[in-house]
Amino acid sequence: MSASPLISLLPTLATGAAHTHALGFAYESLVGDRVRIRVPWREDLVGDPDTGVLAGGLVTTLLDHVGGLAVWVALDRFESIATLDLRVDYMRAARPRADLIAEARCFRLTHSVAFVRAWAFEDHPDDPVAAAQSAYMLNSSSGRGVGANLAPRREAGE
Amino acid sequence: MSDVLADLPYARFLGLTTEQDGDALTVTMPFADKLIGNPMLPALHGGSTAAMLELTAVAQVALLYPRLKLPRPINVTVAYLRSGRPVDVHARARISKAGRRVAHVQAEAWQEDEAQPIATLSAHFLVAQLDL
Repeated sequence: MSASPLISLLPTLATGAAHTHALGFAYESLVGDRVRIRVPWREDLVGDPDTGVLAGGLVTTLLDHVGGLAVWVALDRFESIATLDLRVDYMRAARPRADLIAEARCFRLTHSVAFVRAWAFEDHPDDPVAAAQSAYMLNSSSGRGVGANLAPRREAGE
Repeated sequence: MSDVLADLPYARFLGLTTEQDGDALTVTMPFADKLIGNPMLPALHGGSTAAMLELTAVAQVALLYPRLKLPRPINVTVAYLRSGRPVDVHARARISKAGRRVAHVQAEAWQEDEAQPIATLSAHFLVAQLDL
């Protein structure tokens, strides 16, 4: 069985944008429909300098991003998607100076929305630092091409 | 005023600046290429907007609870209302409940027009030193 083109794109989709690159995100694995990425611990990504624990907002970004990868895995193709909303529960403090891994699974695809759950942990998803539940709009760029955000904002009804 | 965000490494990574007017803080995330998540549109990474909203909430809670070192988020919900354009983002947070153990906060982020927010956050923070 040959891997789908989407699977070969995953490392790029995990790390290729300016923000994910600046944060040092790295692609880990795809097992079944569960995709994993990692953020290596770094001093400038810490939330509280007294504890050396990675920032909550970084964990949110990691969970948002890995969720998007899970949506592309479920679609088995790349298309423009946009996070609609995201809820993150911070269940315990992360370990100081430790990398974090995030795993996500898209458990339902509808015509226009994908529903995802994701977890962040140091070693094992059964002992999560944080858990996320999120929804993504599919085909989010319909009618908006390259450079659309450089033009003035326009809304329906205007 | 003590600018809590100035001491937090991740807030510095995002380039956040804080202005205080009375009891209200306005946090700004100046546009930088490293915040881009979608290079085609181009659009800010939703995570950078969410993180900035969360840190705005942290700063606002810290201002209200001066004896607390840092409020710890219990959970956050972010709704993405509009694509983040490649320009500065501003945010303000309002504390909807300031309890003994828990505070609830709502925050909004906007770019050119405060009446057209790009994202909202609703969050609970632990504000008791001994909990968790």
